[in-house]
Amino acid sequence: MSTRVEPPYSLGSERLRRRKAVNVVMEVMATLAALLAVAVLVIVVVSVLKKGIGAINLDFFTQTTTSSFGFGGPTSSGIANAIVGSLVIVFFAVLMALPVGILAAIFLNEFASPRLRAPLQLALDVLNGIPAIVIGIFVFVLLVIGSGQSALKASFALAILMLPLVARSTQEVLALVPDSLREASLALGAAKWRTTLSIVLPQAVGGIITGATLATARIAGETAPLLFTSSLVTNDVNWSPTHPLMTMPYFIFYASESADPTLQEQAWATALVLIAFVLVASTIARYLGLRSRRRRTGKR
Amino acid sequence: MTLVAGFAAVVLLILITWKVLAGARLSWDTFGVGFITATTWNPNTAVFGAGVFIFGTALTSFFALLVAGPIAIAIALFLTELAPAWIRSPVGALVEMLASVPSVVLGLWGILVMGPWVVSTLSPVLGTLLGWTPFFDGKQSVGSSQLSAVLILTIMVVPIVSSICRELFTNVPAELKEGALALGATRWEMIRGVVFPYARAGIAAALVLGLGRAVGEAIAVTQVIGGGTNISFNLFATGDTLGSKIASSYSSAGTDLERSSLVYLAVLLLVFSLIVNVAAQFIVRRVARRQQGRT
Repeated sequence: MSTRVEPPYSLGSERLRRRKAVNVVMEVMATLAALLAVAVLVIVVVSVLKKGIGAINLDFFTQTTTSSFGFGGPTSSGIANAIVGSLVIVFFAVLMALPVGILAAIFLNEFASPRLRAPLQLALDVLNGIPAIVIGIFVFVLLVIGSGQSALKASFALAILMLPLVARSTQEVLALVPDSLREASLALGAAKWRTTLSIVLPQAVGGIITGATLATARIAGETAPLLFTSSLVTNDVNWSPTHPLMTMPYFIFYASESADPTLQEQAWATALVLIAFVLVASTIARYLGLRSRRRRTGKR
Repeated sequence: MTLVAGFAAVVLLILITWKVLAGARLSWDTFGVGFITATTWNPNTAVFGAGVFIFGTALTSFFALLVAGPIAIAIALFLTELAPAWIRSPVGALVEMLASVPSVVLGLWGILVMGPWVVSTLSPVLGTLLGWTPFFDGKQSVGSSQLSAVLILTIMVVPIVSSICRELFTNVPAELKEGALALGATRWEMIRGVVFPYARAGIAAALVLGLGRAVGEAIAVTQVIGGGTNISFNLFATGDTLGSKIASSYSSAGTDLERSSLVYLAVLLLVFSLIVNVAAQFIVRRVARRQQGRT
């Protein structure tokens, strides 16, 4: 804020050049930052692909991790048991988290009074921010001490992580359903619960599925809670949810600490399977979500 | 029925706090508050303290945020102000995809690919350029270090902060931006004069949430930080954080006291994440209210 009056013209060209130069520098830096992020993603995915693809064959999916896992020098030939374990644990986690998350979102968006809504929403957001490892410790203290590990306990831990994700995405979809539809239904004499069930939910179901798929992909790769709930594992394929089961994330975690090159390659291949599942699932979910949103807004 | 579900989060929060506190009871009774500052963690003598891990957490998270913050904001600016429309959504999706890479995979990559690169390329460069600071002393000889942890945390924090910032910047009213440009401001001057002041509180909240994420990450950090037992400002040295200590020591914990002390570490993490998240949500809500008042 200088008070000196400058002749605008000569000064302008000099300063303008500098201002434009600063502008260009900043624009280039912002572009580079975006490129850097994309590059890191590409590098990670390509390394996983390159190092993992060699170990992928039919045996990898049909054989189990071999030898005495966890007691030195194991060489594994497949991850069938880890795939099964991940499926079982994630399945039960979704079974627990999905209904509760959707119902919670319906309550918050359709039924709760604003006074009640604010603290409940805060609780949901705060729950979302609690580190996975703390959730793992919680389930460990609550359920594992004294009675041992099991896949169901792991599912419970993952469900806690999944609950706020499902609730949040469902809320977002519910908020997109136009109020005019609700009002029309209520004006016709339908009860509130009838309106929610027959008018609001059918409109939102596509978005809810999208959100649920993204949340499932997220928790399928989660490792921290499994350390406490499903890590004392065996090498045989086991579908029983009452036993601790081998999972893909835990196998990667274990194998990444090992110096055995065979095991490392197995870890890369497992990472490839996991990352493919996560990326494919979230890409499809995003695409479907985009399409259903477009259709809805187009129809209106 | 929906009411019960609505309260599920509240019940869980209370239950989590209560149970984790209960699990730390034994360690609390033995060491009290002194646990937080004590720097010894020795299972053989049954003396435990969180000092080293709190320091490691603070150091790695601070540097991760220092690197990730500007990068994330720059990405958000690129995606909202610079990039042509057809580039925005694919690049935005890719950046968000970075957030969906499981942390254990990132850790695997961190130890087997990034670690050797840090040793051979990055650490000599940083050592030469910034060797005069206490943070980059000498050079790094093994792949695991606090620096590796910082880099991995940076990769995890960037997408979170940038996606929040992106939303903030999109919500800056176009007429304000256009007004600045019409007055002859360059794009950068418009960003500095209009976008940043408008989104300031939101950016703060985004950084706070990013910090929460960095502090709470356990698995990937465990894989790359190397499990050091000393307090060291040197990023080339190994270290340990609250989360990584829990993850790496849980299975070998032999006594009830050690297990309880690990739960005590989780209490510290829990308290921190509660504070961080409540603070961030508070900022977010205030911003939302203010912006609703405007339009």
